[in-house]
Amino acid sequence: MSASITTTAERGAVREGGRPSSGGEPVLEIRDLSVDYGYGDDPTHVLRKVSLTLNRGEVLGLAGESGCGKSTLAYAATRLLAPPGLITSGEVWLTGRDGTRADLLRLSDRELRSTRWQDIAIVFQGAMSSLNPVYRIGRQIVDGILAHRPGLSRSAAAERAAELLELVGIPADRLRSYPHQLSGGMRQRVMIAMALALEPQVLIMDEPTTALDVVMQRQILEQVMELRDRLGFSVVLITHDVSLLVEVADRIAIMYAGEIVEQADAGDVYRRPRHPYAHGLLGSFPPLHGPRRELSGIPGSPPDLSRLPQGCPFAPRCPHATDVCREARPVLGTTRSAEHGRLVSCHLHDPELRDVLPAELAR
Amino acid sequence: MLVATGLTKHFPVGGVGVRKVVHAVDGVDLELRRGSVLAVVGESGSGKSTVARLLAQLLPLTAGQVLLDGHDARVRGRKAFRRYVKRVQMIFQDPFGSLNPVHTVRYILTRSVRIHRGRLRGAELEAALTELLERVHLTPAERYVDSYPHELSGGQRQRVAIARALAADPEVLLADEPISMLDVSIRLGILNLLQDLRDRLGIAILYITHDIASARYFADRTTVLYAGRVMETGDSESVTQDPKHPYTRLLVASAPDPDDLGGTVGGLTAGEVRESGIGGEPPSLIDPPPGCRFHPRCPFAVDLCRREVPDLFDVGAGRTAACWAYSDRGDRPVIGQRTTGVRADEEAAP
Repeated sequence: MSASITTTAERGAVREGGRPSSGGEPVLEIRDLSVDYGYGDDPTHVLRKVSLTLNRGEVLGLAGESGCGKSTLAYAATRLLAPPGLITSGEVWLTGRDGTRADLLRLSDRELRSTRWQDIAIVFQGAMSSLNPVYRIGRQIVDGILAHRPGLSRSAAAERAAELLELVGIPADRLRSYPHQLSGGMRQRVMIAMALALEPQVLIMDEPTTALDVVMQRQILEQVMELRDRLGFSVVLITHDVSLLVEVADRIAIMYAGEIVEQADAGDVYRRPRHPYAHGLLGSFPPLHGPRRELSGIPGSPPDLSRLPQGCPFAPRCPHATDVCREARPVLGTTRSAEHGRLVSCHLHDPELRDVLPAELAR
Repeated sequence: MLVATGLTKHFPVGGVGVRKVVHAVDGVDLELRRGSVLAVVGESGSGKSTVARLLAQLLPLTAGQVLLDGHDARVRGRKAFRRYVKRVQMIFQDPFGSLNPVHTVRYILTRSVRIHRGRLRGAELEAALTELLERVHLTPAERYVDSYPHELSGGQRQRVAIARALAADPEVLLADEPISMLDVSIRLGILNLLQDLRDRLGIAILYITHDIASARYFADRTTVLYAGRVMETGDSESVTQDPKHPYTRLLVASAPDPDDLGGTVGGLTAGEVRESGIGGEPPSLIDPPPGCRFHPRCPFAVDLCRREVPDLFDVGAGRTAACWAYSDRGDRPVIGQRTTGVRADEEAAP
């Protein structure tokens, strides 16, 4: 199941007519990645055969509730997963700038070390805990640069650090500050500056703005998007806030209980969700604008991954579940009308099992 | 029901010989009415949780007054505090931390019932527990009453915390970010439950949040807090749809809006408001800026804003905004007219 969806890097092209894509060249391809937690006889399957493709210059949003495996996916794909997490199967192909492809999961430690940061950089969730509190931020950035560019002089690296801070809108004299002297928003910007230090091709952001308020969140995300246009990297943005993703991402993958349940262009997910969970998730955010409507969220609670039901993991909470849903697990496939660039994992889209789609999923 | 006037809290900071204080909350007025929800919206550090703790009498006031049914509610001593908490209960943000993990739901609720309703026993107690759990839609009650907090999901735990608060039959419920730690798909369930309690039991609810969209959905009235001061008050719908204060406008324009309905905020599109908003951060509360606390970030600020603290001016039916632009002063700022340190034109009307 190599689900390589092609979309153009330019959002406009797809949004306008949904025409077949042109230069959707994949940078990062995750194939059938599975992760277990625990070594015993009965490990918890946290990721089950997840496939995902990130194209060059694209912002891919990864949405889902806490515990659905979205962070695990990012960490497993970069081999940052700490025990007891264990990658049990899969491949992660990274296409270099010169077109060479490498499977990150099979690199030697040394190769992996040179790939990290250089090709893939991560911005972690808690900016406070990601920075070392006892060193000035200038030194932390310089250390990172020197580790990967051994030939560089310290002063050249310091110059680069100053440049990076300016890039994210922090005055360069802040290099001499300690992390505690910066506000939460500034610390997160420093983390982004560090991630961009070696001009990576892929930037993974794990809930980068969850600890910040909305004003700061928007400032930072707009800045990242602006930098993406300028420097041309690709972004994987992990968050639970779907409404935010709809605004900034090109494509969105929605995860539930360790699987991707729906994948489509951002606007399509928002206006025409195809999976009942995606529909419910979108209905969980009260709108700030537009008409007021009565909302219900999704009944029940997120599943316990160690005790998943036999069939579709969403079946116990799904308003449209039938016996098939409770018995057989659906796979990620095309939607009922085989729309371009859309994948969904739901029995409702199988014409042999269901005659008609519920109205709210067929818009 | 519960009226707070001039609520002020300063926290002392620093060591020996340092007489600095954090102006966490300064002169906040609130009014909670029976059967209605008041939302207090603000970013982190705006003092919104301090407001809740002051109202719950968990912190002593520096200045100001809290009136419960017209009587001064300041409590002295244990007994008075018990009497107060019987009427005013609080729900905390983190249902993982607010329930003792070594006790069952039965024990947690029984304690609350016994404290507030006297020594119930046997069938009477059992009926009270069942009734409480049913009120928060944890049915069938038998399934939950003997479980430990770790066996419950976050949403269920928060429901138990709400049930515990309800055991006192409170008239006022102070909810400090009750949904921010919960999964997105179950947040609305909790909000709908609180709404239902408001309607059925006529409880007054103070809803503290940083999410202005949920305030619109859930609260009848909204108060916007910034750096410890009230910026704007009014009914939730008008505050979110037609914000008057420049800070509220920035807040509304910054919230994610997937529809991008092209809605305008005070004649400007969301993008324009955001661009006009000077980047920056909330001020230090140890040494807050003189005048309006928003002026360092306000694109329309004039000298008056830097000198004098604005009162809450009427800006419509039941609405107020703490912005000089709505005063009748000659040297007032004009919203929509950017200033860069120069005085606004005195002739221009807002």
